[in-house]
Amino acid sequence: MSLPVYASTGQRIWHYAFRVICGLIFFFLIAPIVIIIPLSFNAQDFFTFSPEMLRLDPAGYSLKHYQDFFTNPDWQLPLWNSLAIAPVATLIAVSLGTLAAIGLSQSHVPFKSAIMAILISPMIVPLIISAAGMYFFYSRVGLQGTYWGVVLAHAVLGIPFVIITVTATLVGFDRSLTRAAASLGAGPVRTFFMVQMPLIMPGVVAGALFAFITSFDEVVVVLFLGAPGDKTLPWQMFTGLREQISPTILAAATVLVAISIALLITLEVLRRRSERLRGMSPT
Amino acid sequence: MTLKSLLSATALAMLPLGASAAFAEDLPPCDNCSDSMVLMSWGGAYQASQVAAYAEPYSKLTGVKITWDEGSNEAIAKMRAASEAGNMTYSLVDVEGPDSQRACDEGLAEEIDFDKDLAAAPDGTAASKDFGSAIINECFVPQIVFSTTFGYRTDVKEWNGKVPDNLCAIFDLENFPGMRALEKRPKKNLEWALLCDGVPKEELYTVLSSEGGVDRALAKLDTIKDQVVWWSAGAETPQLLADGEVVMGSTYNGRLFSAIVEQKQPIGMLWDWQVFDFDGWVVPKGLDEAQKNRVLHFLNFATDTQRLADQAKYISYGPARASSQPLVSTHATLGIEMAPYMPTNPANQKNYLVNNIEWWADNQDEVEVAFQNWLSK
Amino acid sequence: MTEQTADGLMLAADGKPLKQSLNRALRRQKLRAFLLIAPLLIFVLVTFIAPIGDMLFRSVENDIVADTLPRTVAALADWSPDSGAPPGEPVYRALASDLLIAVAAKTHTQLGTRLNYEDSGFSSLLRGTGRDVDDMGEDVGKALVAVDPVWDEPVTWTNLLGDPAWISAQADWAKAGDKTPEPPFVPSAAAQKNLPLTAAAYGDFARVMQTVKEDSPTEKRPWNTVAVSLTEDLKANPSAAAAFGADWQPRLSAVVAAEQGGAIPAADFMAAFTESDKAWGTPQPWEVIKTFSPRFTSGYFLNAVDLKMTPEGIAPRSEAERVYLMLFLRTMVLSLVITGTCILLGYPVAWLLANLPARTANLLMILVLLPFWTSLLVRTSAWKVLLQQQGVINDLLVWAGLVADNNRLVLINNQTGTIIAMTHILLPFMILPLYSVMKTIPPSYLRAAKSLGATDWTAFWRVYFPQSVPGIGAGSILVFILAIGYYITPELVGGAKGVFISNRIAYHIGTSLNWGLAAALGSLLLVVVLVLYWVYDRIVGIDNVKLG
Repeated sequence: MSLPVYASTGQRIWHYAFRVICGLIFFFLIAPIVIIIPLSFNAQDFFTFSPEMLRLDPAGYSLKHYQDFFTNPDWQLPLWNSLAIAPVATLIAVSLGTLAAIGLSQSHVPFKSAIMAILISPMIVPLIISAAGMYFFYSRVGLQGTYWGVVLAHAVLGIPFVIITVTATLVGFDRSLTRAAASLGAGPVRTFFMVQMPLIMPGVVAGALFAFITSFDEVVVVLFLGAPGDKTLPWQMFTGLREQISPTILAAATVLVAISIALLITLEVLRRRSERLRGMSPT
Repeated sequence: MTLKSLLSATALAMLPLGASAAFAEDLPPCDNCSDSMVLMSWGGAYQASQVAAYAEPYSKLTGVKITWDEGSNEAIAKMRAASEAGNMTYSLVDVEGPDSQRACDEGLAEEIDFDKDLAAAPDGTAASKDFGSAIINECFVPQIVFSTTFGYRTDVKEWNGKVPDNLCAIFDLENFPGMRALEKRPKKNLEWALLCDGVPKEELYTVLSSEGGVDRALAKLDTIKDQVVWWSAGAETPQLLADGEVVMGSTYNGRLFSAIVEQKQPIGMLWDWQVFDFDGWVVPKGLDEAQKNRVLHFLNFATDTQRLADQAKYISYGPARASSQPLVSTHATLGIEMAPYMPTNPANQKNYLVNNIEWWADNQDEVEVAFQNWLSK
Repeated sequence: MTEQTADGLMLAADGKPLKQSLNRALRRQKLRAFLLIAPLLIFVLVTFIAPIGDMLFRSVENDIVADTLPRTVAALADWSPDSGAPPGEPVYRALASDLLIAVAAKTHTQLGTRLNYEDSGFSSLLRGTGRDVDDMGEDVGKALVAVDPVWDEPVTWTNLLGDPAWISAQADWAKAGDKTPEPPFVPSAAAQKNLPLTAAAYGDFARVMQTVKEDSPTEKRPWNTVAVSLTEDLKANPSAAAAFGADWQPRLSAVVAAEQGGAIPAADFMAAFTESDKAWGTPQPWEVIKTFSPRFTSGYFLNAVDLKMTPEGIAPRSEAERVYLMLFLRTMVLSLVITGTCILLGYPVAWLLANLPARTANLLMILVLLPFWTSLLVRTSAWKVLLQQQGVINDLLVWAGLVADNNRLVLINNQTGTIIAMTHILLPFMILPLYSVMKTIPPSYLRAAKSLGATDWTAFWRVYFPQSVPGIGAGSILVFILAIGYYITPELVGGAKGVFISNRIAYHIGTSLNWGLAAALGSLLLVVVLVLYWVYDRIVGIDNVKLG
């Protein structure tokens, strides 16, 4: 990628122009997310930089929107609801998903591709269609407008991610390890927890993170299925954006960005650990 | 025009009488009542006035937990879905007049026994008489009279110092350029469009019912379609006006009141051809016994003479009870006179319309389809 | 460890044939795999596939007409719209009977809403007629009372038509005070045999009173249709009176006499309906009812592609009603534009990432992954804030002197807003597959091409680009699939013209309550997505989906 010494002037200009273009695209990707962070400290109720802010005058900045976010029940209730829904949905998705991924990774599974297609489908079907179908069906069975309706819906939306990430770690899994454990006298359950589980753990955790964020960020399905008492954070943000936009929404957004960064770092750590572990196993 | 008599009564009653009657805070006991409720309302300043005037006092007195849902603009759909699901998630729903008619027509709302379920006036007048013509159907517990009218920014440079003084300024892009905010529903927009297309007030619904009448109104709206931001919640227009995203827009008069008086935004009010309507509660069908008992207990409290008068101290809507009207005078915290901001003030009702509940209940389905199709083209 | 038996079979250590043993092991393995997969499979089938199936079902389900107007639908069976004339009196009678029940149960408004989807105006027609139907046949009812005031008493009817056992059970119940529900009305055998129409009409009335209104039939005067039925039964069978007790014979005979003397007019429901709304005097509303009386309908799907069903066959909708093909087209076009801008912006970035040293590339990758991991609503709120007329972008442009303060750009509530925000949101889905494909293209190919005399452009276009096409394909299909199903972002930044078919689906579910149409539109969208998904599977393979 570095410029050879013999490059012509045209090549030089293109080389730098290309980097500027890429820089602008990166800016386009990241700027909208970065810009809401300072705006969330705006001392006024506007969505643009006030002259005080541009002068870096401390008077232009304030924590009042954060104070609102962390004290106002309009935001606190949704925050706690999100925290009550996402982990339960994640738990269901991860426990069922991991078992199924292990089952799918075995040789000689009948109808494997059909099963795979069904299990991945919640990721492929547009959310509005999933939401519509669930709304109709959950209404019939009395799950519409209930906590468990939302939890089940979020769990099934998170399942494809668990399947994909766990299957990916199992692809590199060395089957002779389980055979070795078995020949040493370990039962299947013991083999699973002592040998298989530690090795596929990074995939499971990554899948769990995806499932968590799927539920935590999901808004379409919860808008259709949720009862007012189960209003989640994204739902509140959606209402806020559509109806009574207040800068508190930017404080909420900043908090969510912080959560995303934490998840991103966790995933990166996991990826490295997974590579290291797999590097150790004899393949 | 069932509203008319009430409007003049309210206007007279607006004369400040000051002193609010002391009211005993003894609630009757509530047997076999649930300890929480979900109320659906309109969000924003209006919901805030309900919280301040009676939801919070009620919670304080009884310890009942009240959850709010800001879904009233889709109230009928939400009630129907919940009823289909056999799981009524709302205890009490705040709707405007025509929607209450639909809820009642479609069997989604309970019928109310006004004199048994609601509190009598302090002088003993029965509730049905005290509410009088505000009772528009057997399911609807009226709270307030409100109007939908226009607000405009007072600092638009391109207008060269002019401000809109009549409704048709909405359609006048030459003298009043800029974005407008209109509701994403046909109701009221069609009437206003026809009025500005030269249809006299008396013939509005004859024209709308006739072949091509709705198209005529839509054609008038077509002239400004590119310049319109469509809103679905009452809080949007005041916010859009305050942000300078639109220069004029329709909304409920109480929302403009709070933007102008409480938030001191550079916004003016245009009172030409305001549309009056009632807003009130309906009790959804399908509540369990304990929930229904709780709701009726709350309704009795929240729509008594004093509570309805209290609400009008937070937002400039007229209480729907005759006996509440003398109790309203000045704003609860700002201490200003409410009369100039009341839709029922004679100075504000030179020209006005009254929401034609029957026509809209009958024609809502057809006109809504035509309007939405027009909108998406 | 294996031995061979005399007939040449291999034996396992336990002495069983090896083949059998292996088969058993295989079966056990399959069973174990299946048991591991089964819980999830069942879970997904119940919580996800069943709802999708329900949606498909809703898009053709049409029980409401046959359930609400059973008599009318049956009576219309013999009528053909080709006759050009409205149906005969019995159909009007049947509709009156159906409507009386529907109005009491408040289901006629729902039926009106349903039929209004097919024929605009039906809702107000049924609501209006629903208010008048109580009075239809009033002249017959009044004439009957004129003959003998006893017909004005509710108990006359229960005593005449009720089963003696029911009458005494009802009396016991009334004495006990209404603690329990009233025993359901049972017609007497004599009434059913000799006054069949009356017994049936009164049975309907009593059932509606008891179940819907929670009133006792002994306290409510029956509908006029019951009186009409009585006069008709007596006309058909003037000697019916003989089957009833001595009290009844003079009363019934008086009615027969009055009828023969012309004191009781013949019921004319056709005139009553036409008076209520002249549309009933034309074949048109009857055509609609007949066309949509089957329990399954293609009406919603036809509506979803701007067609409608008429007695003459399938016809296009009127100009003003044609929106859905336009919306599908708009969804496709906007999604294509978004996919295109994603390729334009994603390609250079993916190329840069694939060709930088790993350390730098990983660092820059964070700039792609952070948006990917950030909540959709956070990014949409950011764009809403940025794109406003008084927002950051317009402020910057004004500050830079590029646009005048009074002429700020309209970047939101239109298609521009949708395209900008969605390109940003979907860009990572283009960059990541492109990157993973480009990573596999050896840089030496480019160098080889150049060393053979190709210019930079030729080397790129003839050598590199063709190898990156699978990445473009994968990314494009992914972005396109995601884009055509978007709802939240267009809803918030798209205004009226920047919305997708999804927004219309949501509107029909949440606001207009036309669930059948929402389901039909959703099913069509689902078909498009599944076709694309199949293509994606052929190009990339589902198993190769990678995340992060």
